[in-house]
Amino acid sequence: MAIAPDSGRIAARFAALKAEGRGGLVTYITAGDPNYETGLEILLGLPDAGADIVEIGMPFTDPMADGPAIQAAGLRALHNGQTMKKTLAMATAFRAKHPETPLVLMGYYNPIYSYGVDRFLQDAIAAGIDGLIVVDLPPEEDAELCIPALQAGVNFIRLATPTTDDKRLPKVLQNTSGFVYYVSILGITGTKEIQADPVRGAVARIRRHTDLPIVVGFGIRTPDQAREISRAADAAVIGSAIIEQVKANLDDKGAPLPGCARAVLDYVAALADGVRS
Amino acid sequence: MQQLNSYRTGPDESGRFGLYGGRFVAETLMPLVLQVQQAYEDAKADPSFQAEIDYYAKHYVGRPSPLYFAKRMTEHLGGAKVYFKRDELNHTGSHKINNVMGQILLARRMGKTRIIAETGAGQHGVATATACALFDMPCKVYMGSVDVARQSPNVFRMKLLGAEVEAVESGSKTLKDALNEAMRDWVANVEDTFYIIGTVAGPHPYPAMVRDFQSVIGKETKEQMMEAEGRLPDTLVACIGGGSNAMGLFHPFLDDASVNIIGVEAAGKGIETGEHAASLTGGRPGVLHGNRMYLIQDDDGQVVEPYSISAGLDYPGIGPEHSWLKDTGRVTYASATDMDAIEAFQLCCKMEGIIPALEPSHALAHVMRIAPELPKDHIIVMNLCGRGDKDVTTIANLLGVKL
Repeated sequence: MAIAPDSGRIAARFAALKAEGRGGLVTYITAGDPNYETGLEILLGLPDAGADIVEIGMPFTDPMADGPAIQAAGLRALHNGQTMKKTLAMATAFRAKHPETPLVLMGYYNPIYSYGVDRFLQDAIAAGIDGLIVVDLPPEEDAELCIPALQAGVNFIRLATPTTDDKRLPKVLQNTSGFVYYVSILGITGTKEIQADPVRGAVARIRRHTDLPIVVGFGIRTPDQAREISRAADAAVIGSAIIEQVKANLDDKGAPLPGCARAVLDYVAALADGVRS
Repeated sequence: MQQLNSYRTGPDESGRFGLYGGRFVAETLMPLVLQVQQAYEDAKADPSFQAEIDYYAKHYVGRPSPLYFAKRMTEHLGGAKVYFKRDELNHTGSHKINNVMGQILLARRMGKTRIIAETGAGQHGVATATACALFDMPCKVYMGSVDVARQSPNVFRMKLLGAEVEAVESGSKTLKDALNEAMRDWVANVEDTFYIIGTVAGPHPYPAMVRDFQSVIGKETKEQMMEAEGRLPDTLVACIGGGSNAMGLFHPFLDDASVNIIGVEAAGKGIETGEHAASLTGGRPGVLHGNRMYLIQDDDGQVVEPYSISAGLDYPGIGPEHSWLKDTGRVTYASATDMDAIEAFQLCCKMEGIIPALEPSHALAHVMRIAPELPKDHIIVMNLCGRGDKDVTTIANLLGVKL
């Protein structure tokens, strides 16, 4: 590993999970979905609902690796005026309330590039961000953001996929820090059902190449799946299924119904019970 | 303008043309993108690959396309001599087939059994559906639902040719969303599927590969012009959406310093109105669809939906090599509005008996602007890259004619 930032909160959280003898729950929501206020209420409630690690999606008009649920969430957020500044403000509020829960920003490169890489890293650190997942920055483009992020002390969490073979894995893992995110399916988020057996095999394969914790996502929908996958790896990531709960609690104009945030957090609590049972 | 020894050496190993290009794709696709690059390198080194392309170009596509001296247009404009490179006479009615034949032959070499493509105006979709029929391969074409509505004859053509046309309802429902959806399909079907990208954009090696397949336009033009006039042309003009027809005409001439090269973007209702598709004039560098390029976007890096009467120019980005050529100053980029294009469209019909597509009508609009001011011995070549049958309904609506 070329540069290894202090994984701080992330490493501490995975150590705590190990001590508890269970897999973790990583939750994804899109920042500003369905609007800033409700989105913030959901975000701030996630740790108490049982999320071990929190990912915030930075909305983008053209999310090429995402399925319909996350695409729509991004457009709802943008339609309601979400910007990178507001996303970072949400992160700041989260960090003030939850000093220990790891917080990861996930999204696509262009909004970061447009904001300015150096300025983005500075503001992300100030907001208490622990790591970045940027879908369209493979190792071939490490000079863009990965290396600057590692140098600034922000973890750069890479995706490994079923197409990442043994020959390529070392390249993918080389500048990865914090944890490795294994994409369990060939496809986009929220579209295929996850199968536990191939995931176990893939996790074992990745473990031969790294000591970093491995989380698995894309295609987990139920508390049972969350439990099974979180044990097959170190944690399970759930995104689209949570976002569908947001959508189910909107009126026909897209405004949140009363109790929207509560309903989403109750769903997260059920997933959290799953990984803890 | 910065002077380089050669403008024809790009991209570098990482797929960059200066700042632009690259491989900004999800990890799932990355191994496949590297395979395509390797397969293309191997194919280029294999004379039988080029021989196969040449065979189909001659016997199926109908190349070489004529270089035609537009005598009446020249006399009407009263200045420079105007030539049309007649790529609208290709099988399927546009330059798109040049690239499709190259890519489908590569897909076959790689053992891929399923083809996907995106399309805006439908010309690339039709070309891809055609080649898939020829080689008996299943074909799925992604097309924004807005474009499906405004280019219905091409949708039907694709279906006749056996392709499945998927109307894309996500995002803004036009070309950029068709590309997103095609990439999502590709991610889910990497094992058996080859993605035939229609323009000089996307992750490396696509911009260079598509340019190479389209460069037949410029190579022929060079030879044909030597035969017709005994010298190089003075000015080249081509329209630009993603930029493939223009790159094909321009590339062989980039190191001929005496040749003035002009790309014409779609200014829609006027750049100042914000409703345009002129990425170079109204955009700034950004990353989308696997590469860095000039991109129409808002202050927060969100992609802004472009507008043009021409569905084929209605794209928020432009190929990385064009982006680089703009920054170096080797190519000049101008723009033409919807109204300019419609005027040029009508003039071309009446003066030359050619119904041009709305896309090259933008190029012709610029020729109409510059030719009158130039001396009579000045030679302009314009790429007439598509025929206008597909646009007849759009024009009729605009002129208030009921078909």
